Formats: sequence, C-alpha cells, structure tokens
Amino acid sequence: MLAGYNFAYLDEHTKRMIRRSILKAVAIPGYQVPFASREMPLPYGWGTGGIQLTAGIIGRSDVLKVIDQGADDTTNAVSIRRFFARTAGVATTERTAQATIIQTRHRIPETPLKAGQIVVFQVPIPEPLRWLEPRESETRVMHALGDYGGLHVKFYEDIVRHGRIVTTYDYPVLVNDRYVMRPSPIPKFDNPKLDMNPALLLFGAGREKRIYAVPPHTRVKSLDFEDHPFTVERWDRPCALCGAPDSFLDEIITDDRGTRMFVCSDTEYCRGRSAAKAGE
Amino acid sequence: MSAPPGLDDAPLLSARGVTVTYGRRTGCRDVSFDLWPGEVLGIVGESGSGKTSLLGALSARLHPAAGSVRYRDRTGRVADVYRLTEPERRALVRTEWGVVRQNPRDGLRLNVSAGANIGEPLMAIGARHYGAIRAQAADWLERVEIAADRIDDPPAAFSGGMQQRLQIARNLVTGPRLVFMDEPTGSLDVSVQARLLDLLRRLVADLGLAAVIVTHDLAVARLLAHRLMVMQGGEVVETGLTDQVLDDPQHPYTQLLVASILQV
Repeated sequence: MLAGYNFAYLDEHTKRMIRRSILKAVAIPGYQVPFASREMPLPYGWGTGGIQLTAGIIGRSDVLKVIDQGADDTTNAVSIRRFFARTAGVATTERTAQATIIQTRHRIPETPLKAGQIVVFQVPIPEPLRWLEPRESETRVMHALGDYGGLHVKFYEDIVRHGRIVTTYDYPVLVNDRYVMRPSPIPKFDNPKLDMNPALLLFGAGREKRIYAVPPHTRVKSLDFEDHPFTVERWDRPCALCGAPDSFLDEIITDDRGTRMFVCSDTEYCRGRSAAKAGE
Repeated sequence: MSAPPGLDDAPLLSARGVTVTYGRRTGCRDVSFDLWPGEVLGIVGESGSGKTSLLGALSARLHPAAGSVRYRDRTGRVADVYRLTEPERRALVRTEWGVVRQNPRDGLRLNVSAGANIGEPLMAIGARHYGAIRAQAADWLERVEIAADRIDDPPAAFSGGMQQRLQIARNLVTGPRLVFMDEPTGSLDVSVQARLLDLLRRLVADLGLAAVIVTHDLAVARLLAHRLMVMQGGEVVETGLTDQVLDDPQHPYTQLLVASILQV
C-alpha cells in the first residue's frame, strides 16, 4: 500500500460524507443526492464520481473489478484498478463472478450479477431533464412533482425523423415508479439488466456532484410509447470469437480494406466462453 | 359582437382585490371581476397600465401581493388558485387553461417539430400513444389553417403568423375551458392580424371557450371581446359591454383612448 496516504486514498471524513449520501440515495431509489465531490487525481470525465463511490465503500476484504466499455484491459480500467490496488491494497480480478465491487463505464457485465455485489457506475451527466430544462431549480421541482411528460417530446421527434426511437445509450428509465433517472451512458441493451437486479447499483457523477442508486430488486422501466415499445439492439450474427448469441457486440475493423468482425464487448465474458469451449 | 353565449349560473373565474407589486412599485391594484363560462373579456389600456401584470396574476404565473383568484373547474369544484398546492396548480393550468403569449417564440419550443409542439401538452398530461398524439397534432394544424405537410417542420421555419397559430393550437389541444391571451396579434402585420382574429373568433365560438384577452388595440377588443375592462396606472377605470365602452366612453381616459384611434 502507498505510504503517506489513507486507506483507499480519501480521508475518513470524506468517506463518511459519501456513505451518508449513498444511504440516502439507496433510501430514495433514483433520486439524485448532492454530495461534496472532491478533487481526484484524475480529470473529470475519467470516472471521478465512480472512483469516489468505490473509495467510500471499499474494505480490505473486497475484490475489485474495473471495466471500461466492457473491457478489463483499457487504459481507464487498468489505471483505476491499479489505483485501488496501490492505495487500498485490495485484491483485484477480471472475473465478474468473483468481484464484490465492479466499477464500470458504459457497460453492465453480461454475467448475471448476484446479491451482495455492488456495481459502481461512472456518470457524466446525471440529470435526465437537462436537455429539456437548463435550470437546476426547475428540474428539481419537476422531479419533485413527477413532471416528466416533456421527456417524451424527444422520443416523438426521434420517431418523426427516423421512424423509431433512436436513443441508444443513456436511455432514460423510471425507477421504482417514481423518479426518472439517467442510467449513465450504458447501451440501452443493458437497460433490462437494471430491472429487479439482485446487486446494488450505485451511480456517481463527480463533476456534477451527484450520487444516486438503484437498490437490489427495484423496478426499473425504460420510457417508451405504447405503440413504439422499448426494444434492445439485436445483431444478425453471434460473437465471432466465442459464438455468444445474446451478448452486446462491438464492431472491430481488422484491416484497412474494411474487413470487420463483431465480438463481445464484455471481454471477460467472451474469454470465459472461449476457454470453456476449448476445454470441452 | 353578439351577446355572450349560454351564460351559466356561476362565474368561471372570480378575481377579488388582485394586487401585484414589484417591490415598492405597483403592477395593478385592487382588481375585482367575474368571468362567466363562454365569455370573452378584453383588458385594454396603454403600455404600463398593468394589463400584463393582471393577466400574470390571473393565470397563476405571478403570485399576487393581495387578493384572490378563484376558478370553477369542469367538475364544478371551486378552487382558490393560489391556495392550491403546486402539483394541483400545475394540473389545473394544464387541463383547464391555455396561455397564449405575445411572442410565439416564448410559447413554443423552436427546436422541435410543429407536431411535437402540439403534442407536448398532451404528453405532459399523460398521453403515451405516438399515433394518437400525432393524429391530434395533425387535426389541430388543420384547424388553425396550417398545411398538414408542415407537421414535421420546426416552428423556426414558420412565418410569424403561422407561429402564432401554432401556439394557439398547442394551447387548445388539451381542450381548455379558459384561455389567457397577451396581445395575441401584437407582433403581426395587419392582414395577418385580420386572419388570426377571424380564426380566434371562430375557435372561441365553436369551442365555447372563455377568454381573457389583453390588448392595446381597440379594434382587436371590439372584434373579440364581449366585455371590456379599461386600465390606467394599474387600476381599472371603466368596465362594461364592449360596444357600450367603445361607443359611449364615460371615463376621461377611455374617451382619450377611443379618440386616439386613427381613422383611415
């Protein structure tokens, strides 16, 4: 562990403050709780909200997994994982099933989550009403009154222009039939995983200084029209590496003549499936 | 204009002693009146006479310093507008009222299509069926004489007169019983004004709407209003039937106002 720093980098008072905000967020699913976000040793937009949440909840016995766009081996994931390995001395893993805390950017792992796990989402813009109403004072009133009709204007415009709802990521959801929430920039493919998930889902926005949460087994419904119901992305082929028919695929260009392949965005899931196949 | 149609036995809107202040300045002072179902009330007066302050206080947008505004909704329940809770007040404004602003740019969402502008109030009160919302938007475009093929154009691409008609459609789509209009023809040229006035007159008569119309234009008042309220310096100086006020003004200020109309 790094000498001269407190366990998990943040001082204990800050962690307490963050935990208090988390408790409130869990008590009011989907409600954005303001918190005194600290300067972190990485730039805004790189996961300062998520990293503070993780620092607030991590203990010596925790096992940490960090993913970025589904991958365990991208720069952001590697550096945040190493950050906690150095400042907290905790065990890290790439295996979803073994992790107790999963900090993520842009994906929810394909492997189903279990009770007792905590997923920490990095959130750039927490306010689902922001494009509709620039005033924070007014968006708070709108949340308080459940005044969400205007959100459908964007869907209406989508259908007018494209024949369907084209919002594909950060797709707004109604949590516990009460608060509308931005699920962070996960693809809408992952939205159904939010619903009744046995794990605790925590969302942290460092720059915007907001924490919110979806407690285990909470109803999460994606907004839609009755005659244009919510649907998720589909591909006409399975993963080229592991053959998974049901996972979120990334398009990878393999040469400069336009050859491409579609592979699982969740690298750990893909590797696990390939290894299992090889072992057969 | 003809006598107000089908007067009910109880007023729709009752204002009592409505006073609006801005710090130590007064917007309007001690205004009281009753508005009956299906009646069109014109509020006339020069700039700064308190017309818009009064309209703001009547339409739940400007909290009055004193006085009360009571409204009888379609179920017959009478509510003091400023004693309602915020959600109740918003629900009332959305389902029972419409507010047409002088500048259509204040009352429209310019970056989304005309259809979405008409559909938004429907979505705000819970409509969640795209096809039904769109059908109603198309129907209302036709009723305000905008070509159906403009439904997907943004209002920014519309002329001033079309924008104003679109704003009227957006306000009437929820089937309000009372519409507040602040200088609805203010920013339009004369021929476009005439067309809009015809349209307003027809809609108000067809739908049996009650309306409160603020205007400085006595011709507009003559065409639309059953009854007039003349304001000066924040106070009501004369009220009466439109023809009576305009043809036989009693108060010196009203006489001045009527006399200042240019005769062509």
